[in-house]
Amino acid sequence: MRRRLGPLLARTLLVALAVMVIAAALLWWFGVRDALEPSVVAGAVSAQAPQPRQAASVAAGAYLARAGNCKGCHTRRGGAEYAGGRAIETPFGVVHSSNLTPDALTGIGAWSAADFWRAMHHGRSRDGRLLVPAFPYANTTRVLREDSDALFAFLMSRAAVEQANPAPALRWPFGTQPALALWRALYFRPAVWQPDAARSPAWNRGAYLVGGLGHCSACHSSRNAWGAEDTERQVGGMVQGWYAPSLLRAGEAGLGDWDERDIVALLRTGVGARASVSGPMAEVVLHGTQYLSNPDLSAVAVYLRSMQTGSPRVTQSSAPLGLGSAAGSRLYEKHCANCHGDSGEGVSGAYPALAGNRAVLMGDSRNLVQMVLRGGFAPATDGNPRPFGMPPYQVLLSDGDIAAVLTHIRGAWGNSAAALSELDVARHRGGPLR
Amino acid sequence: MAQRMLACTPCHGEQGRAAPDGYYPRIAGKPAGYLFNQLRNFREGRRHYALMAGLVDPLSDAYLLEIARYFSALKLPYGPPAAMAAPAGRRGETLALKGDAALGIPACASCHGSALTGVVPHVPGLLGLPRDYLNAQLGAWKTGHRRAQSPDCMAQVVRRLGDDDAAAITLWLAAQALPGQPGPAGKAPQRAPGSIACGSAPELGGASP
Repeated sequence: MRRRLGPLLARTLLVALAVMVIAAALLWWFGVRDALEPSVVAGAVSAQAPQPRQAASVAAGAYLARAGNCKGCHTRRGGAEYAGGRAIETPFGVVHSSNLTPDALTGIGAWSAADFWRAMHHGRSRDGRLLVPAFPYANTTRVLREDSDALFAFLMSRAAVEQANPAPALRWPFGTQPALALWRALYFRPAVWQPDAARSPAWNRGAYLVGGLGHCSACHSSRNAWGAEDTERQVGGMVQGWYAPSLLRAGEAGLGDWDERDIVALLRTGVGARASVSGPMAEVVLHGTQYLSNPDLSAVAVYLRSMQTGSPRVTQSSAPLGLGSAAGSRLYEKHCANCHGDSGEGVSGAYPALAGNRAVLMGDSRNLVQMVLRGGFAPATDGNPRPFGMPPYQVLLSDGDIAAVLTHIRGAWGNSAAALSELDVARHRGGPLR
Repeated sequence: MAQRMLACTPCHGEQGRAAPDGYYPRIAGKPAGYLFNQLRNFREGRRHYALMAGLVDPLSDAYLLEIARYFSALKLPYGPPAAMAAPAGRRGETLALKGDAALGIPACASCHGSALTGVVPHVPGLLGLPRDYLNAQLGAWKTGHRRAQSPDCMAQVVRRLGDDDAAAITLWLAAQALPGQPGPAGKAPQRAPGSIACGSAPELGGASP
C-alpha cells in the first residue's frame, strides 16, 4: 500500500504544483496585461499629442481637482498644496501621497499628459510601476481622457515644489510589484466610462462624478481582507477612526428618502435639515463638494438617491436597547440640553436635532462617540462661514459618563438604539489624527 | 459669537479667561494677531495638540481671524497669581527683565513688552499664565515640537536657555501679578541692534539670522 501511495501522492502534488504555477502565471498576466495596450507602451506614451495647457483646460482641471478633493490626500498638514507627503494609514502599513506639483525631480514635472492618464486609468506610474491602490485608481480609471488631461494641465500650471516623496512603509510583501500584480488580477480592471442610455443625463453625470473622480466608494465601502472594496455587503468603511456609513443603506448614509434639495444643501454647506458632516467628510465638503456647480451637485444628488437599495442594518448587539439611567438623563440636562434642546430637538442651522438623528442611532456608534470626545465645528464653507462648535467632552466627562449620556440619548424621544458601554467609549479616546 | 465659541470654554474657561485645571492658557485679551497665528499653527502642524487641531481643521482663515479678534477683545480682570511651591529667585527676574548678554539671551521684556503684557498685534503677554503651561511651551520649543513662522526667533532664544534658567524664568513669571493696565502695549519696544527677527511678529523688526 505504502509503495503505491507514494508515487500517487507525488503525482498529485506535482499536478497541484503545476496548477498553482499556471494559476499564478495567469493571475500575473491578468495583473499586468494592460502594459501591452498601445496607450501604455512607453514609445506610444511619449509620442502622444502635445500637452494641452490652455487656460480653459486649466480652469476645468482646477474644478475637477476639487471634485476629486485631490488636495485632501496630496497635501500634508501645513505643507504646500498638492506637494504630497501626507501619511495614509492602511491595514497593510503606511503609504504617503505623492508630489503632484510640476517639480521635475520630486513631482510630475517630467510627466506627459499620457503618463498622467496612465496613472489615472491603469494605476501605473510614469516608469510603468504598478501603483499602490491607496491611490483610488479603481475609481479614477473611469475618468474620461479629456478630464484627465484637464487635471494634468491644472497641476502643471501650478508652481513647482521640491519635496521628495517619503518611502512607503508597507509590510512585506504588500507593496511589492508581484503582490500588486496579483491584487490587480483579482480586483482591478481598467474601466471605460459608459453612460447608461436608460437613465437621465443628470443621473449619468452624477454616476460619473460619484463613481469616478469623487471616489466616494473609497471611503463609504467596506474592504475585504486584501483591501479591495466590497460593495456586496452594503457596509461602510473605516477612515481615520471614523465610520464612513454605507451610501447603499437606509439608516446609514443612504439618501433614498431625502429631498434632492437637502442633499445639495449638505454637500454645499456642510449642514442640512437632516444631517451635518463631521470628521473626514467635513474635509471633503470643505475642500471639495462645496465648490461643485449647481447642476453637478444636483446630478450627484440624483445619483446618490438612486444608490440606496439596502434596508437598515440589523446589528447583533447583546447590549440592551437604550434604557437611559437617571445619571445619563442628568448629564444630558447639564451638558447637552442647552444646545440640543430638552427633547433633543436641536436648533435649526446651529445644533443638530438628536431625536431621530441617524448618526445617533447608527449601529456602529463610533462617529457618535468621536463627536462627543473630540467635539468640533461643521466646516466653514461659503454657505456656512461661521459654524457653531461643540466642546470636546473628553476633557470634561469620564468614559462611563459619556456612555451613560449617549445611552440616554439613544433611548429618549422615540430613539431606539442599543446602549453603549464604557468600553465603547474608551476604545476611541485619544484616537488618531493625521 | 459667544454661543458659536462654546467649543472653547471647557478648556479655556468662560469667555476664555482660563479654566481651573491650571494648564490651559487664558486667551481673553491676548493680541489678536498672536491668537490668529496660534490657531493657524495648530491647523498647519507648527503646534501639536490633537484636540485643538481637530477643532480648527475645518475652519477658514477668515473665521479663525474673527475668532482671534473676538477673544482678543474680551477685556476681563485677572485673578491673583497662583501660589508657588518655591520662592521665585533673582535669576528668573534678571533673565526676564535684563536677559544674559554673555549667553546671548535677550530679556523677555525686549520683545514681550516692558511690562511683559505683550505687544499688539502679534506678541503675547507672559503674565497670568499657569507655570505648567509656560514650562510646556519652553520645553516644546526646545524639542522643536512647537514652532512659529520662520524665522522662528523664539526657537533660537530657547535653544540658548538652559533647563535651570528656563525653570527660573517660568517660576518668576507665574508668580507675578498683572499690572494695573494688563493689556498688550501699543508699540513694539526699542530693541538692540542685531536682534533676531521674528516671522510671526514683523513689528518687532530685527535682522534675519
